[in-house]
Amino acid sequence: MAASKDVKTTESTGVQQPETDMALRPRVDIFEDAEGITLVADMPGVSREGLDLQVDKDSLTIEGEARIEMPEGMEALYADVRSTRYRRSFALSGELAVDQIDASLKDGVLSVHIPKRAEVKPRRVEVRVA
Amino acid sequence: MFVNLSNFEDGLFDEFRRMQDEMGGLFGRGSWPAGIRAVSRGTYPPINIGSTPEQVHVYLFAAGLDPKSLDISIQQNLLTVAGERKAPVSEGADYYRKERYDGDFRRLITLPEDVDPDQVEAQYRDGVLQIHIRRQEASRPRQIEVR
Repeated sequence: MAASKDVKTTESTGVQQPETDMALRPRVDIFEDAEGITLVADMPGVSREGLDLQVDKDSLTIEGEARIEMPEGMEALYADVRSTRYRRSFALSGELAVDQIDASLKDGVLSVHIPKRAEVKPRRVEVRVA
Repeated sequence: MFVNLSNFEDGLFDEFRRMQDEMGGLFGRGSWPAGIRAVSRGTYPPINIGSTPEQVHVYLFAAGLDPKSLDISIQQNLLTVAGERKAPVSEGADYYRKERYDGDFRRLITLPEDVDPDQVEAQYRDGVLQIHIRRQEASRPRQIEVR
């Protein structure tokens, strides 16, 4: 799980308290076929406004901020999920056409498709018999 | 429309973590009995449960659900949520990672005893199933005036 810790000084007591700012690592399915690579990630609670995708030729980073309406002053009784941020990065390889990346989000499921560059798609080789 | 979740992150879980630390100190590591219906962490889908004086709120983190496949029922204070979360496999593709849950699930959740099973509402949005249960009138805290 990706984690970054910020240290915050509280003004009243002058005591430093570590403020954990851990992001959840969303579960993904990744598959490849002749066309390209597809990544599907679970990010429940994330809508379009909270989603952030960053891609360059070397890497893809998916980040999401879950926004769930909750009543004021609610007391926690049980929590499997202890963060509202999702973050995960992937290294990409050169044969992917990142400029043609396509992404969609529905019910918290993010689907990202990156096609392969045309010249690298597998081609059948015809063998001519002399 | 969307409430800022700074409350959620700072207040809600800090308190839970503090509770856990205190419990850990009192009972030692992992030696106190879990609820008889408690499942191990990692059971799908993950859930959070919170309460206010008026209601109990259950959140199930299940992206990509078909709400019609859900079967939610309550008997006194035992809430059962069953359903199916499909993660279809693409034929002929090479899979590098397959981490997402694919299949049926069923979670039984024991709620505080003062919930009213006749007043349950559920909604599914952005991959989170929210179930709200009102608490019974008689058990809500009442202010007592001193004359």
